[in-house]
Amino acid sequence: MSYSLSGNQLFFAIIQLYLGYRIRLLADLLPAVAEFSLENKVSVIKKAATKAAAKSAPVPVEATRLALYESMLEIRYLEKRAYDLFMQNLVKGTTHLAMGQEAVAAAFGKAMRADDYTFCTYRGHAHTLVRGVPMTRVLGELMGRECGLMRGKGGSMHLISVKHGVMGSYAIVGAHMPIAAGAAWSAQYRKSGQVAACFFGDGTTNIGAFHEALNLAVIWKLPVVYVCENNKYMEYTPIENVTAVKNPAADRASAYGLESILVDGNDVEVMFEVANAALDRARSGQGPSLIEAQTYRHSGHSRADPAKYRPEAEVKEWLSRDPIPMYRDRLMQAGIDEARLKSIETAVLRAVDEATETAKQSPPPPLSIAETDVWADGGVAWRN
Amino acid sequence: MAELTYREAVAAAIAQEMRRDHNVVFIGEDIAAAGGVFKTTVGLQEQFGPERVKDTPISEQAIIGAVMGAAMTGLRPIAEIMFSDFFAVCWDIIANQIAKTRYMSDGQCSFPLVIRTANGGGARFGAQHSQSVENWAMMVPGLKVVAPSTPADVKGLLAAAVRDEDPVLFFEQKSLYAIKGEVPDGEYVDKLGTARVLRHGSDVTIVALAAMVPKALKAAEQLQAEHHISATVVDVRSLVPLDTRTILAEVQKTGRLITVEENPRLCGWGAEVASIVAEELIWDLDGPIVRITTPHVPLPSADSLEDHVIPSIARIVDTIRQNID
Repeated sequence: MSYSLSGNQLFFAIIQLYLGYRIRLLADLLPAVAEFSLENKVSVIKKAATKAAAKSAPVPVEATRLALYESMLEIRYLEKRAYDLFMQNLVKGTTHLAMGQEAVAAAFGKAMRADDYTFCTYRGHAHTLVRGVPMTRVLGELMGRECGLMRGKGGSMHLISVKHGVMGSYAIVGAHMPIAAGAAWSAQYRKSGQVAACFFGDGTTNIGAFHEALNLAVIWKLPVVYVCENNKYMEYTPIENVTAVKNPAADRASAYGLESILVDGNDVEVMFEVANAALDRARSGQGPSLIEAQTYRHSGHSRADPAKYRPEAEVKEWLSRDPIPMYRDRLMQAGIDEARLKSIETAVLRAVDEATETAKQSPPPPLSIAETDVWADGGVAWRN
Repeated sequence: MAELTYREAVAAAIAQEMRRDHNVVFIGEDIAAAGGVFKTTVGLQEQFGPERVKDTPISEQAIIGAVMGAAMTGLRPIAEIMFSDFFAVCWDIIANQIAKTRYMSDGQCSFPLVIRTANGGGARFGAQHSQSVENWAMMVPGLKVVAPSTPADVKGLLAAAVRDEDPVLFFEQKSLYAIKGEVPDGEYVDKLGTARVLRHGSDVTIVALAAMVPKALKAAEQLQAEHHISATVVDVRSLVPLDTRTILAEVQKTGRLITVEENPRLCGWGAEVASIVAEELIWDLDGPIVRITTPHVPLPSADSLEDHVIPSIARIVDTIRQNID
């Protein structure tokens, strides 16, 4: 009898070695599921992380840790500012904020290679920012100004910056799942070593494109990392009320021959480790991953939603697990001087203030651009 | 010149473009190992290998999403959607994503991709495998729409579509797959957005597309022979961009416009042509514009019923004769 490891078994082995107990594969969690509520289950993951840290599992170097902290703050302050500008009627239309979910985007932003591709959703300010897109251009787009990333032709739900690898924010749920597979197919065909990371919400797991994309990614062994940000609510409805399985992405992974990966999406270092592992796996030709990161949005679904449907105790529990103060405490426990953290906080706030002022000073775009760039020649002509 | 069938011209065009450009890749259901359910892609996988000619699962969203993602990252992919009716299950990615992303991104990216599909009736497949849906595509800003009527046009226009920097929906009329015609040898590329005048007349201008073109030509011969009515026939070939210059010039010469469309009545491409002619040429017309279409019904399956509803040569002849009388 010959013995060989399949790609998935190998990934399982590598991830266990690399992360110790910091990432719990679902199989390990099953006994806990019966015993604990979801909140407690997250705690289980958290305790495991602490335990692993105590065993001196690798932690990022200090510069990386500070960069992760800074990145989360940039997202938080920018999202808060977007909310304020919306209340002042300077941002029109709608906004979908990611306050509370910063750890996922920040971790991937630091783990990705500069030429990797990002695909995200209408809740995509965070994923755009972490690839290095200037704040002024994001805020300018939200405000419909000439300095905006697409000069007002896209808006909050459609941020795209090709030169930063941000290949779009997609506002039809699930559409970007196969598009990300296509970018990964292109990278595979061109042998470029690039990876596509595709972020989506728990609601996406119930739409057909999710399943078509995962199947294609697996059969073609594509370098793509699918990241489900499970914030517990599909718009206004608890995801568990409308989903056949408990963990909407992780429990579906086995249907595509993938390992079930369920992680604490509010722990930025756990996210950083899992991001690195999945990106490495994709880059080395071992195929796609599907990660479910458990997290929580602090605000409603969109600007019109006060999120009154969420139980107070649940909100309180999750606010106590806010990824930013949680990480700040950990960094201080690790001996990082609070003054350094404060100076990062001050600098990020100043950057958001400056970006806001620059965007406010920017004029509306010239009306002429409303009729440009339907076609690659820059024009809109449909007849001669 | 070699004589090829319409279906052979498809593979000839794809092979020509794949030989020329390594970035041209091709995916779809049953297109590789099986050579396509209409045998339009026979031999391509053997010639270009499984990396460039790939079978997919029955996952139209995945197929269209994959070519979109590939086109925005440096490839020039071709997708096949087996029947144009199936656009309905992947229309979000075509109409909302592929068509709009260049505009929404303020021109940051382009989508040099082709989606080929088998369109139209005549094969007794019933209402979900027989529709002519060019007008679905025509109404969405950001999509180019091509529908050839001859083997030569299949080769030349498909090659042009692959080389175009914009997304092109390429409608192959399945009732034409078996027809034969002379096709230029060697590398042959036509020009998108150009109509072709196939017959010059003096009494009426018939504007037709795809499978309606050979019917319009035969109707024109009958009108001449039996009723002494001299008809111009224009093959539209490309709905977006639309060659209005040629259409307007030919209608102006005869003073009469008849469109022949396989699609059901409402919002067919002929309505747009009629509207342009009415706006820009009304004082040159000698009679009302007439649209000959399939009635506004789903296509029935039985041969007698299907033949009854799709515009026939006899119906074209009768309609034009009554119009001129």
